Amino acid sequence: MTRHSRRSFLTRSLALGCSMAASPLMTPVTFASAPWDNRLVVIILRGGLDGLDAVRPVGAPEFNALRGGLLNTAEDPAALDLDGFFALHPGLSDLMPLWRSGQLSFAHAVSTPYRDKRSHFDGQDILEAGTGAPGLEHTRNGWLNRLLSEVPGATAETAFAIGRQSMLLTKGTAPVSDWSPEASLVLSTQAERLLDLVTHDDPLFRDALIEAIDLSQSGVMNLDEEVDTADMLNAMQDMAKPAARGKAVTQIASFAASRLKMDTRIAAYSLSGFDTHANQSRGISRALTQIADNILTLKAELGPVWGKTTVVAMTEFGRTVRVNGTGGTDHGTGGLMIMAGGALKGGRVVTDWPGLSEAALYQGRDLMPTRDLRAHAGWIMRGLFGLDRGLIENTVFPGLDLGDNPGLLL
Amino acid sequence: MSFTPERAAIRFGCGLSPKHAAPASVGHMLGAIAGRDVAAETFPIPGMDPVYSNLLKERDARRAYRKARTDEEIEAANKQLTQVRRSLRIEAGGWFGQTLLRRAQTPDGFRERLVAFWSDHFTAQGKIQALILAQANYAEEAIRPHITGRFADMLRAAITHPLMLHYLDQITSIGPNSRAGKRNPDRGLNENLAREVLELHTLGVDGPYTQNDVRAFAKLLTGLGFDFKRGFAFRRAASEPGEHAILDGRYNGDGGLDAVHAALEDLATHPATARHIAGKLAVHFVGDSPDPALVHALETRFNETSGDLMAVYEALLTHPAAWGSQPGNVKQPLDFIGSSLRALDVQPRQMPMKRLGRMRRFFYDPLTLMGQTWGRPTGPDGWPEADEDWITPARLAARLQWAMFTPLRLRRTLPDPRDFVDVALGGLAPEQVRFAAKAAETRPEGVGIVLSSAAFQRM
Repeated sequence: MTRHSRRSFLTRSLALGCSMAASPLMTPVTFASAPWDNRLVVIILRGGLDGLDAVRPVGAPEFNALRGGLLNTAEDPAALDLDGFFALHPGLSDLMPLWRSGQLSFAHAVSTPYRDKRSHFDGQDILEAGTGAPGLEHTRNGWLNRLLSEVPGATAETAFAIGRQSMLLTKGTAPVSDWSPEASLVLSTQAERLLDLVTHDDPLFRDALIEAIDLSQSGVMNLDEEVDTADMLNAMQDMAKPAARGKAVTQIASFAASRLKMDTRIAAYSLSGFDTHANQSRGISRALTQIADNILTLKAELGPVWGKTTVVAMTEFGRTVRVNGTGGTDHGTGGLMIMAGGALKGGRVVTDWPGLSEAALYQGRDLMPTRDLRAHAGWIMRGLFGLDRGLIENTVFPGLDLGDNPGLLL
Repeated sequence: MSFTPERAAIRFGCGLSPKHAAPASVGHMLGAIAGRDVAAETFPIPGMDPVYSNLLKERDARRAYRKARTDEEIEAANKQLTQVRRSLRIEAGGWFGQTLLRRAQTPDGFRERLVAFWSDHFTAQGKIQALILAQANYAEEAIRPHITGRFADMLRAAITHPLMLHYLDQITSIGPNSRAGKRNPDRGLNENLAREVLELHTLGVDGPYTQNDVRAFAKLLTGLGFDFKRGFAFRRAASEPGEHAILDGRYNGDGGLDAVHAALEDLATHPATARHIAGKLAVHFVGDSPDPALVHALETRFNETSGDLMAVYEALLTHPAAWGSQPGNVKQPLDFIGSSLRALDVQPRQMPMKRLGRMRRFFYDPLTLMGQTWGRPTGPDGWPEADEDWITPARLAARLQWAMFTPLRLRRTLPDPRDFVDVALGGLAPEQVRFAAKAAETRPEGVGIVLSSAAFQRM
């Protein structure tokens, strides 16, 4: 049994994959038809990110009393300072260079219109549906899909939903491509040939197979570990193992970048692990590092396209202002939106800051939301794609008042 | 075209099996679902009782965790909570495993398909920890006993089921003029359930109802409630009094549960409901664009019998358009995995029911990657039906991945791929699939290629 590196194995199958590329979705005609040149990446942060911990209002007089329990005294406050009032969580410190170069901003004290029940389930549905109204009858489709269905010239390649989980955000009548690096196929040459044979007469299967093989290359090309080519099954199973999943998180960003460099204009995926009810000082670091790694992976792999890109990360709600009895925080209201990219007028915490005094809190427990996060997302889409104001207020986010332009983009 | 046993097993059942013969006739199929529920006897799944008691256990553990103050207390409570949640997941994994085993080993595959169809039609899911795992129990309690009865009875069972009342927020809805409403003026109606019953469960989105009907129906439903100790309970105090006009019917809000039942009965037998259900059945079992004559036949029979489901199934199975040889629907992921297990004749001892990690790796995670997370459609409208929704590159890749490596993890030895073609596809096996089975380099690859073939993935 000879051993080859996975890279050499994949290079071999890549060559084969290309020779098979006959899918109508892969033709140059479709590749030329993208409606805009700017790029948008939407990341849903599932679980309710604690915005007050990610971007800390250290200048607020109440902050230390409320949040001192979550701070690590070994941190160097100067290295994390943003603007004298807000400071970054150390888990996001790798993003500091982006902040300094004006490619990172935050919108603080924002939320969806969802109030009071604080359920992840409903909160995420409302965030992704974008309708602002509670109730499942309003969640037949997602706001990104409604956007796409109004864009002339949008094709299946225009938007990519990435990751294992289906997202309401991209659900709807407009075609959206999907891919999960975890679904990557590792096949022997013979298996690939035979699969082609047993799907050949059924165009739906044949075309999807050709694309799956092609997409598998972009999903796993970066892995450099050894695989035993005599037993492809093991390699394939590795892809489905939990160990591969940590990698899968940045693989998603890599994959998104690979598509955005081509015909794709919108990529959407989700990250999870933000529901920090206990031992938050430990748990949230990993979750925040994940965000930083994603943004930096996108930047590194997008190259010059980063200059046309805006990344928006949003969550279903913020968390309680006070720390609970188990060193964590519970479901709250006002939260944080993270924006990054070369198209951004960054280096700012955009907020109508409500304050942390007892009287300023929502229901005496949560950060008071002072702006609908959909307005920020709406202004970004207007800036990136030149969307009509009416289209945003009536179709993408029906019933939303966009309000004043927060000037998020260059 | 007309009935053939192999097509019956593939299109209307759980697929072909080396052990269980394909149905011999339409009469046999109908006789089987009208008779003993062998699969449920052999692979039992409890109703909601253990779910409710688990829910209370989990709640207690959560409370203890919140109350814990010292480090030792916190650690102990955390351990306890983790333990409780883990055991809930293991138990639910067993119920899910039974669902799969029924598909693998039932003599009567049509029943499992009908349960899946109706569970999807009446999609309900938990929004809190312990209820998230209740999918199989809900189907067992609200759906399965009613699949051969009247549509009206299934409607009543599903709409008054605690999981549905929880899912569609009925539990938060109170009549503004009820006793409870007068005490809590800031609370009021929630229209969710009323709207979904009209739009999804009965008349259909094109049905003849208006926002006024939704509102009146929501008022009528205000009494529906439950608690986790007793299950369903009618809350007279929350029920909106007065007369509620829904379509042509008038229902008295003081009439208690009977008035709700009367409204559900009228909706269940409405001609728009007949049309809606006929279309859904034809699309689900036959194809994305079914022959209008088939839909019409189902609709007519539904109307003639006021929704006697056995009569409707008979109309479906005896219609020539149901037996066309053109490629049928793409199997949904659960159908795909179920029919694979059936062709492989997977036995109870081969299912890793208590091994949560393996259940995840072999079933839960692959289903998610295939686009059908167990029990978690993205909305109350259930799973999509269009073939294109299921066969995207990512979802197809997940199917191929599963087909290539999971069978070997479930069975120590796999069948010879050349024989396996006959088991899995019988006389319907295309020549290319026979050739590919022969040409594969290894047994797992050969079996995987048969399961990956377009012929096997369609019905």
